[in-house]
Formats: sequence, C-alpha cells, structure tokens
Amino acid sequence: MGAPRVKRLRIRGTYYPRVLHPGAWWLWALGLAAAATRTTNPVPLVLIIAVTWFVVTARRGDTPWASSYGLFFRLALIVIAIHVFFQALLSSQAQGLAVLFTLPEIPLPDSTGIKLGGAVTLEAVLTAVYYGLQLATIFCCIGAANALGSARRLLRYVPGALYEIGIACVIALTFAPQLAADAARVRSAGRLRGSRRGLRAFGRLAMPILEGSLERSVDLAAAMDSRGYGRTTGESAAARRTTAALVLIGAFGLMVGVYGLLTAHSFGTPLLLAGAALGVAGLWLGGRRTGRTRYRPDPWALPEVLVAGSGVLVAAAMFWTADHSPALLTLASPTDVPPVPVLACVGILAGLLPAVLAPPYPVSSAAFEVAA
Amino acid sequence: MIRFHDVSVTYDGATTPVLAGVNLEVPEGELVLVMGSTGSGKSTLLRTINGLVPHFSGGTLRGKVEVDGRDTRTHRPRDLADVVGFVGQDPVAGFVTDNVEDELAYAMESLGVRAPVMRKRVEETLDLLGLADLRGRPLAHLSGGQQQRVAIGSVLTAHPRILVLDEPTSALDPLAAEDVLATLQRLVHDLGLTVVLAEHRLERVVQHADRIVWLPGAGAAPVDGVPAEVLAGTPIAPPVVELGRTAGWSPLPLTVRDARRRAGELRDRLAGAEPPAHRAATVGDPVASCRDLVAGYARRPVLRGLTLEVRAGEVVALMGRNGAGKSTLLKTVVGIHKPTSGRVDVAAAGLVPQVPSDILYAASVAAECASADRDAGAAPGTTRALLERLAPGVPDEQHPRDLSEGQKLTLALAVVLAARPKLLLLDEPTRGLDYTAKRRLVSILRELADDGHGIVLATHDVELVAEVASRVVVLADGEVVADGSAPDVVVSSPAFAPQVAKVMAPQPWLTARDVADALSVVEQRAPASVVETTPEER
Repeated sequence: MGAPRVKRLRIRGTYYPRVLHPGAWWLWALGLAAAATRTTNPVPLVLIIAVTWFVVTARRGDTPWASSYGLFFRLALIVIAIHVFFQALLSSQAQGLAVLFTLPEIPLPDSTGIKLGGAVTLEAVLTAVYYGLQLATIFCCIGAANALGSARRLLRYVPGALYEIGIACVIALTFAPQLAADAARVRSAGRLRGSRRGLRAFGRLAMPILEGSLERSVDLAAAMDSRGYGRTTGESAAARRTTAALVLIGAFGLMVGVYGLLTAHSFGTPLLLAGAALGVAGLWLGGRRTGRTRYRPDPWALPEVLVAGSGVLVAAAMFWTADHSPALLTLASPTDVPPVPVLACVGILAGLLPAVLAPPYPVSSAAFEVAA
Repeated sequence: MIRFHDVSVTYDGATTPVLAGVNLEVPEGELVLVMGSTGSGKSTLLRTINGLVPHFSGGTLRGKVEVDGRDTRTHRPRDLADVVGFVGQDPVAGFVTDNVEDELAYAMESLGVRAPVMRKRVEETLDLLGLADLRGRPLAHLSGGQQQRVAIGSVLTAHPRILVLDEPTSALDPLAAEDVLATLQRLVHDLGLTVVLAEHRLERVVQHADRIVWLPGAGAAPVDGVPAEVLAGTPIAPPVVELGRTAGWSPLPLTVRDARRRAGELRDRLAGAEPPAHRAATVGDPVASCRDLVAGYARRPVLRGLTLEVRAGEVVALMGRNGAGKSTLLKTVVGIHKPTSGRVDVAAAGLVPQVPSDILYAASVAAECASADRDAGAAPGTTRALLERLAPGVPDEQHPRDLSEGQKLTLALAVVLAARPKLLLLDEPTRGLDYTAKRRLVSILRELADDGHGIVLATHDVELVAEVASRVVVLADGEVVADGSAPDVVVSSPAFAPQVAKVMAPQPWLTARDVADALSVVEQRAPASVVETTPEER
C-alpha cells in the first residue's frame, strides 16, 4: 500500500504540425544561397537546387504563395537561357578552340572589344551555362524561402522601429495585384469604346487606373487612421532624432566595415561590430517606445533552430571548402569534367534535414473535410 | 453618447456648407439611420463622428461634436479608435493585412492591447460574427458579405461603444446584405452598441432603425425622429412606405409584416382591378441571340449551354446570385469575352460597365462628349445632345470624377448611346444610386425601350426590376432557370420578390405606383380596364 502512482505523461518538444517561423526558412534558404555564390561547379549547384526542391515538396502548405516555387524555377531556367543566348551572340575574342557552329558576324570597330556573332565555342557556352546555373540556384533558394515562409509573414517581424517601412511593404504587396486587376478591368472597358492602340490609348486608360488607385490609397489611409494607426508612436522629437542618428551611424559603420573586410583592411572587423551594435541599439531604442503589441507571434523553438542551423551548416561547409581547396569549386577550364567537392556536397545534403526536422504544415480544416 | 452642438461643415474651396445647423443627440444603444440623396452630406455627417472630418479631410467644422465626452476638435480619429469603430463603403479598400485573423487583430496591435487580451478578443469576435471557419483565409478569397463582416469585426475588436457604417450593404446582393444587417441587429441587441449608418437601400434597413435622421440637402437642417414619422414627409421612401401612403395607412408600416397585416382591406378594394402585365408594348426584331453558349475559364465554364433571345423594345432583367454568370453573359454578348463554343448573333451592342467611370477618361464633361463623338464616328455634338436629353444641366466644365453617381451613369450611358447601339447592356446600374437617380434611370430606360432599343440589365435590385423589366431571366450555375414576364417570375420567388409583391400576394402587384393607378381607376368607378403600361413621369 502506498500513495497511488501519479501517471506522468510527458510529451517533449514543439514538433507537432504547425507553421514554422518564416525567419527560420529564410535563414535556411539564405545559407543555401550563400553557398551557391561561392562556386560555379555545376555539381554542388545542381545539388542545391535538388535540395530546395525536395524540402519544398516535403514541407510546403496549401497557401496561395506555396506554389511560387514553380514560378521561381521557371524564372531560373529563363535566366540560364538568356545567359547562354547572350554569351553565344556577344562572346568576346576566342574563348577556346572547340567551335560548335559559326553565326554570321557583324563587324564592329575593334575599340569596342565586342564581337557580334561569329564562332560559338563549346567553352563559351559551358561557361555561360555554369554562371547562369549559379544565378538560377540563387533564384531557386529565394523561391523556396517564399514558398515555405511567406514574405508577408516575415514582414511581421521587422523591428518595431522599422514598423512604418514594414507596413509600407505590406500595403505595396497588396496594392500591386489590385492595380493589375484594375488595369485589366479598365482595359476591357476601354475596348467597349473602340479604344485605340498604342501610346495614346495607354495614356487615356492610365488616367482612370491612377485615379482609382489614388482614391483607394486615401480610403486606406482613412481606415488606418480610424483604427488607431500611429496612435502610440507620439514620442518626443529628441528621442526620435536619437534613434535615427544611431541607426544611420550604425548603417554607415556596417558599410565601411564590410568594405574593410572585402578589401582585407584591418579596420574591417571592429568597425563592422561597432556598426552592428549601434544599429541594434537604435532599433531597440526605437522599438521600445512604440506601444504596439504583436498578435500571435510564431514561437522560435527547437525546430526553428535546427532548420536555420542546417542552412548555416551548408554555408559553413562551402566556405571552408572555398578557403582550403578552391580548385574544387571553380573549374580551371570549363570543358574539364567537374570534380566532386565531397565535404561541400555533404554539407549541402545537410540542407535536406528540414524535410524531416521541420514540423509538417497543418492541413487547413477545409482541405481536411474534402479529404475525409 | 454622441452630441452635435450646432455643427456645420464647409469644405475648402466651397462657398456653401455641406452640413449646417446639426443639433443631434444619439443616446446609447440606438440604431440610427442617416438618409438623404447623394451629396446631402451623409458621409460628412458620419465622418464627423470619429473626427475624419475635419482632421483627415480638411475643411472647416463649426460647432462641436462630442463623442463619449471627448471633443473631436482635440481628438484625432486615432485617439477615438477605442470609442468609435468606422467602416467605410468598400471593405476591401480598408484592409491592411491579408488574412482574416490578422485583420481582426490590427486595430488592437495599434492600440497596444496586451497579447493574451488580444488573443481572447479575436476568438470572441470570430464567434460573434460567424467568421470562425474563415479565420486563416486570405481576405481576397472571401465573398462580399464575408468581407463586410470582417471589416465590421476588425473595428469591433478594439471594443468601441459606437459603430459607424457608411453604406454597408450598397455593394451586396440581397442575401449578403441580409447577412450583414442581421449581424448589426445582433450587435445592437446583445452588446448594446450604438450604431449610426447611412444607406441608400432604405427597404433593407428601415425596419432595423430606432431613429432616422433625414438630411434634406443643400445645407438645410436635418429632420430627426422615429422612422414612421420621418418617412411620412420625405420625398424618398422604401416601396412598402409608398404603398402605405397610397393606401392612406397611419402610422406608416415599415416592414412587410406590418403592411401585410393591414393589406387585407386593400386587396379587397382591388379585387376587381387587374394588375398591369409588365410586358413590352411593342416587340420588334431580335437584336441579340445566343445559342448553346459556353463561356468562362478553360476548365470552369461559367455559362453552360445558354440559349437566349432578346428583341427590340424589350427590357430584360438578368438576375441570379453572384457568380451565376450575369456579367460573363453581358461581356460575351458585347464581344470582350470570347465564348468557348456556341453562337452569338448581335446587332450593334453597347455595354455600360459596373463602374461607369471605367469608360470616362477626359478631364471635363465637354471633352468626354467630344471624344465619344470621335470614337463613335458620330456628328460633333451628338453625345452632348444625348446627355442633355437624359440628364439636363450637367455642367460642361465639370470633371467626370466629381459628378454624382447618377450623373456619372448618365454620362457613361450617353457615351455608349453615341455609337447608336441596337442593344444596350447595363451591369448593376443602380449601385450607389439614390432613389431620385433611380427614378430618373427608370424613365430613361423606358424611353429607350420605346425608341426600339433592346435592353438587358444585370441587377440585384428587385425594386428596379419591378419598375422597369418587361421580362425577367434568372440564371443559376450558368443556365437559365426561369424566363418570363416580371410578375410571373418574381412574385413567387422568396429572394427576388419586391416588397409590394410580398405585401399584396397572392395578387400579383409589383409596385406602389401600379396599386395607386389601379386605386384611382377603381375609385372613379370606371370600368376595370387594364392599364397596359404605367404612365411615365416626364
């Protein structure tokens, strides 16, 4: 006979279907994108694209922006195509010997250093493909970030001092599609009046569209004012000036610091740190005084740390490789068979971890009913 | 709760005040309806309550407006946000965020409400307004009625004691409007909120109002009193009140139910008279015919095999809920939307779009008319002459944007008519029109039909249909579900029946004027001859 045993049920962690903090996804994607900037070797680049595709497929939700990855992917393909096209057309003097085909050449004076048309070599085309691929990879990373953590949600987390800028971005994001819808409506109405084509017609139609959007902005401003916008930010002018000065000096310090780092001056790191500190102090000071509160902020828990961390890991592996064996990341000649940078590739594969570490996206009730 | 002390408002550059001599007191828990024609200062009056006039709009406010003890001269709209919730006419224009939950929280975030309180209030508001199922939805994916409810919710979360609404149901179809008004009714009864609203569609709101403030316009002092008393003397009134005046009932009935309880006697008096047929006097050749028309999006046809013929002299009303295919049909007939399959044969057609200013581009009325003449290849002066016939006295130098809604519509109509269409299409023509402008539109449409135009109007406005339509076509899911004369189609339908028809059923009377005409005939003891069409006001 003893005291009845207390049944303890402990479920650890924050791993249940929920929306991950958008900042975690953006950090992860930025890690991958930063890794992509270090190499033109197609092996790691293609691997990064594959990783983004896999994670997006595994963890995206049913939101309207979740499909934006496909859009960015198509954009990436276009980037490569444009790169190859211009490289072929405008390749400067001979870039190798393996001539694929010869285009009719338009002679230009030598002083321009440009050649229009002429021989197109395998080397030139491959170089273009590799550089295009690098850019395309960065596009895919941004697409993945956008599909997984909406840019609009991310804007909720701008520091309080930058709140005005954040809200301006949100309104711009809302206005752009409305403007497009207005334009389509007015244009189709314009056809009713036997509207002419060309610049004159455009000028004529621009009037109602612009007037409409102006009216809408005024309505929005009135609505925001009526709902208390800007009510709690009425602080003293001196405090406002201090904040502005801190942020500006901080930004300047950051800029010079980055310049110092890039040009390997000794003042780089200390200035960078001082600038960052000043900037953060300014933002903190400004944010402290706005009496705004935040509705339902997303938690920053273990899954967020893991997801962001995996992105950092990808970037770290790539930067280490870039430092120690740069030959693996930049091909000596474009026609070489690309080498496999093992460490960097293992690092990139770490970027796959969010596909299991991130909590799955919750199914919305409407979708659930359809499924059930 | 709200006190106006001798308030007058003059906008910058204006010589006469929009509002003058306003002395009002609105006690707590009342639902006040502000009525008046366009330009009578309704919006201005509403906007003085939360200080948008004069802080936001500019202009001069004389006198004093006191809201819950706060003077609007010293309190800006943002300082009143926790007392007055203001909802504008177009809910979409006031949305700051992109989903329902964030929109509800926005005002509280601005006011610095603590996070746990915020969370609780959002949940309460979601339940109160029946929005819980929509909480995570993007605002753009909601229907008009749902958007209006979110707009109301987004100001309610700040727990205001007064709710001000500027034409909350003007842009909504009848069912969505009922949805919003039922919500308001609940707020007044359950939460004791004070509500002030302006509305053109009196037939929808009069029954909910405790008090009416009527602005006669032109700076005259407002008339204020209980609905039945105020409506006895106003030139604008909902059909059920007009019927009450015709029948000589006192006090005037405000709801269909009130009127119906007294209508037995009126029905007896009219027993011998035959209601007018609401048919076109003369019907000419077909001006448009659609056969097996399929149109819409690639995988989602909006019109599914629709067949319809319109003849000269007919006024066809297209009815049906939002998304039933009304606008698509009009666009397909006029040729700006390509059908997927089927045949459309149309004589020259002209369409007046839902937003008339979409086809008005010039900087003055005169320039607009001149350019319409050029576009249509008509003789110079044609459009101006048409406009003069439709709406005399629109000043030449005025900017089309500054015209009243009714004048804008008439100008757009004149521009379209300059091209001499045989078929005239109108998409939701009564949106934002007051009763006077609507009456004007009815007589214009009758005139055009008599001239041999075929007219098709897509509309939610059942009272307009009752006045003017010679044929009603009801669309549902891209198909014609009813097609016949107005009395045949409309009288038996719960959603589309006009107020007078609801009162007079089973006798098929559609408008108060029909009843008045019949009464005068009956009372003169003239033989019960049929009045073919009602006389026109000219």
